[in-house]
Amino acid sequence: MLMPKWRLLLPEPSTLFDSLWDSHVISTLPGGGALLAIDRVFLHERTGASALNALAEAGRAVADPARVFAVTDHIVDTRPGRTDQTLMPGGQAFITETRTAANAAGITLFDVDDPDQGIVHVISPEMGIVLPGCTLVAPDSHTCTQGAFGALAWGIGSSEAEHAMATGTLRLNKPKSMRVRFSGTLSKGVTPKDMIMTLIARHGAAGGKGHAVEFAGEAVRALDMEGRMTLCNMTTEFSAMSGFVAPDAKTFAYLEDRRYAPKGSDWKQAVEHWKKLTSDTNAVFDAEIGVDASDITPMVSWGTSPEHSIGINRSIPNDASQQPLDYMALQKGQSLAGTPIDAAFIGSCTNSRLSDLRRASALLKGKKIANQIKAICVPGSSRVKREAEAEGIDTIFRDAGFEWRESGCSMCFYAGGESFAAGARVISTTNRNFESRQGPGVKTHIASPETVVASALAGMVADPRELL
Amino acid sequence: MMAEPFTTLTSLPMPLIRNNIDTDQIIPSREMKSTGKTGLADGLFAGWRYDTIGGRNSNPDFVLNNLRYADSQIILGGSNFGCGSSREHAVWALAEYGFRAVIAPSFAPIFVGNCFRNGILPAVIDPAAIATIEKADCAITINLSDQKISLDRQSWFFSIDDEAKAMLLEGLDAIDLSLKMAEDIASWQKADRAKRPWIYLGANQ
Repeated sequence: MLMPKWRLLLPEPSTLFDSLWDSHVISTLPGGGALLAIDRVFLHERTGASALNALAEAGRAVADPARVFAVTDHIVDTRPGRTDQTLMPGGQAFITETRTAANAAGITLFDVDDPDQGIVHVISPEMGIVLPGCTLVAPDSHTCTQGAFGALAWGIGSSEAEHAMATGTLRLNKPKSMRVRFSGTLSKGVTPKDMIMTLIARHGAAGGKGHAVEFAGEAVRALDMEGRMTLCNMTTEFSAMSGFVAPDAKTFAYLEDRRYAPKGSDWKQAVEHWKKLTSDTNAVFDAEIGVDASDITPMVSWGTSPEHSIGINRSIPNDASQQPLDYMALQKGQSLAGTPIDAAFIGSCTNSRLSDLRRASALLKGKKIANQIKAICVPGSSRVKREAEAEGIDTIFRDAGFEWRESGCSMCFYAGGESFAAGARVISTTNRNFESRQGPGVKTHIASPETVVASALAGMVADPRELL
Repeated sequence: MMAEPFTTLTSLPMPLIRNNIDTDQIIPSREMKSTGKTGLADGLFAGWRYDTIGGRNSNPDFVLNNLRYADSQIILGGSNFGCGSSREHAVWALAEYGFRAVIAPSFAPIFVGNCFRNGILPAVIDPAAIATIEKADCAITINLSDQKISLDRQSWFFSIDDEAKAMLLEGLDAIDLSLKMAEDIASWQKADRAKRPWIYLGANQ
């Protein structure tokens, strides 16, 4: 069918994703994909040495070292007084080899003792490395966290990291677009973690497959930048390419004066540019999902995929599959609230920022966690740790019975070193409840910092709203 | 890195039909012991394959230990195969063990990219077809040129994007292909630098 002539004169309404994508297309490839410009690459010590060494062995250089960063976060020890030594057998080699390779490649490394060290998706925003409208990749699936700034940020493998560093590009097929709109207002005690867990529980761990997800709606607008990061963080658990939020005044205020953010006239020019990064009001998405934020309650996972999650006052579904139930030693129809726990963990790229620690400590203040519970708090970055300590948050955690650690990914995953006791039941602010993710046979229940605190105090899975 | 070209493959597929098989299960972090890309086959599916975490005694109930599938080069999987961590070690471990293809109703996106870069075919067909293949429990043939999986006289088409197909068929290296476009990249960056100078970090940081 021929389009009327006047239609050809009007630009098609476009989505934020279209803008992010189109503004980075260098060339269309013969197969229909695109050669996409990559503005920032971030490595970490778990896979950094492997990518940098493979690049060097192939005789290839990093095209623009000023736009490639690395950090020591994944397996670095988080116990006080740490060095290069880690509890992971052979772990030290990952740290020292990444250091050597990063120095040889001329990229910036935030090393073990650097005041800016921390989890990649915490420190990149802290230093203004991620910016609205940029493309940022890292060999870490939770790179989508940084989409909170209106960036197109996603996780890749090591070979793709080599490609991005060698060429400043990636070869990609454009995913479809999805908008997830959270309308209404969150109830008290309900957090961005509960928003994303609700989405995944309702639509499945593959619910976002083949799509790039824009988070929108008044409940998303109402979130501060740290809340938006938590929301975007688990988009990878939804099997989407990435998740992002259109930048606004909160985004610009967060980034202003950060070390790598533009300054002076560049800043003004950048903000004018970034203000245009929105979806047109009549833009058409390939898929749309609506969630009423006022329906959301604190969420807890019961199984071994983030899609196995329920409201804290609900029972495990009667049609739940048996295998995860067997692993978790739970039964169909059982309610999670009241299930005794062995340990509690606050940390990870999902929930380890200052606002998370402030909210958790407000509930902990003057109280003691239940006897026998091993409880650990790991700030997301060395900066978060310093700022929390300046506010006395560390004292509240310690007095309540929590360990207070140096920053890093820590016990979000078990690399063969430190872990919870074999088979322990852990309530955790992390993002993955996979089998043995946090240690041999460890049963992980993912939840918000508030729910983790309430449960640590009670010694069993508990509703944080009872503390409010 | 050049991968071994993938053209056709005939093998008895090993059924591992669970949804959301994550890369922590394919290769647990504790089994990633060096910064290299090798020495991973022993850790493949370690949590299910051995009877204790970190141990090396076979769990006879896990399909990888079933001698019938000892020479399988194809895995039949469940939906959202390869979800979770972006670790390419999952694909390196599969390749080192001897797998060349995974057939599933859907895959996680980062895993798919990692497969293509290492000569492994991730083929999507619907769950009913997978159930038919599982039930038949005999050798199937994957023909990548025709994008066809055949079992006796039945066959199923799978889609794959043109570039990934060409790369698998010819074992091409993506970085080589992109480096040939260096001039396009340089001229794009020159124009972009004028529009977005703040993206290009220099000595002043």
